[in-house]
Amino acid sequence: MSETTLTHSSQTEPRPAGWQGIAADWSSDQRAFKNVSWGKAMMWIFLLSDTFIFGCFLLSYMTARMSTRVPWPNPSEVFALHIGGSNVPLILIAIMTFVLISSSGTMAMAVNFGYRRDRRKTAILMLLTALLGATFVGMQAFEWTKLITEGVRPWGNPWGAAQFGSTFFMITGFHGTHVTIGVIFLIIVARKVWRGDYDTGRPGFFTSRKGHYESVEIMGLYWHFVDLVWVFIFAFFYLW
Amino acid sequence: MAEATANGLGQHHLNAGHAHDAATAGVAPAEVHQEHPIKLYLVVWAWLFVLSACSYMVDYFGLHGYLRWSLILIFMMLKAGLIVAVFMHMAWERLALTYAIILPPILVLVFVAMMVLEADYTLLTRVTFFGAGP
Repeated sequence: MSETTLTHSSQTEPRPAGWQGIAADWSSDQRAFKNVSWGKAMMWIFLLSDTFIFGCFLLSYMTARMSTRVPWPNPSEVFALHIGGSNVPLILIAIMTFVLISSSGTMAMAVNFGYRRDRRKTAILMLLTALLGATFVGMQAFEWTKLITEGVRPWGNPWGAAQFGSTFFMITGFHGTHVTIGVIFLIIVARKVWRGDYDTGRPGFFTSRKGHYESVEIMGLYWHFVDLVWVFIFAFFYLW
Repeated sequence: MAEATANGLGQHHLNAGHAHDAATAGVAPAEVHQEHPIKLYLVVWAWLFVLSACSYMVDYFGLHGYLRWSLILIFMMLKAGLIVAVFMHMAWERLALTYAIILPPILVLVFVAMMVLEADYTLLTRVTFFGAGP
């Protein structure tokens, strides 16, 4: 027993001294996510941290809404659009939801075609995703403009609790920023796919590493996350 | 459709090959590509549409009370589950990754419970000192 322990410790390779040794010990072949590349694992961990950010936003919204004495504005009426002589509740938000879900669908198919090495279809589907994402941001800009002209401000609004404006602008603004970044990210990756970077192994501009079609899937993870966050915002902010 | 089926078969072959390799080498497969038939994505896409339409209908028909909240939460969780499991391929990842990503957000519920208590307390003090509201 002690012999095995001894052989074990004698097998430990010599490490460099100081900080380099610490870094070497912590990075030497220790791997938890066995069949997941570092890029994908890091994207998932980033998304986890982003989950906490949006979680905290929605929590602060919940706390503000629960603790105010002033009645909360009714989102069903606030976000209604006047179409054909009657107010249709939440119609713009519903269309935005369908647009974002469709973009998630096209993204999932882009990932699929990427792994089949169908360059053309992958790039077209990614650009379609970007287009739907840009449409979503455009509709959000329209919604913001409408509410601002109606007098909604982060410090007050004509219908009720002042916290409505601050939480609305913060939560949807942060989500819209995510969508915008996603659209830029999508266009960059789509260009790489179109040019065949992942077939020829052309080194990346920033990392000078060879890309793989897995980049499309990692891009997709980010995009689906944006859709996922919208599911929660739709339920908690608009429907609640 | 034929292509999708052929691809699905290819995937099975690939998996079988990997499993065999893994068995002989005694290690986990190095890298698994997420390749699934297109039809699966289309079905999930359609379901997401239906679920979104259902949650919109909850508001459109003006349902209220516990029925409203429970329907909203059920549709929300179903949509989130479909997106994470199929679109983000979590259903096919190893459990080490799945648990590492899925479990921490559930702990946010503890935070929710804390903030519910805090909000109730704030409301109580506000009502006590400022009255029931304008």
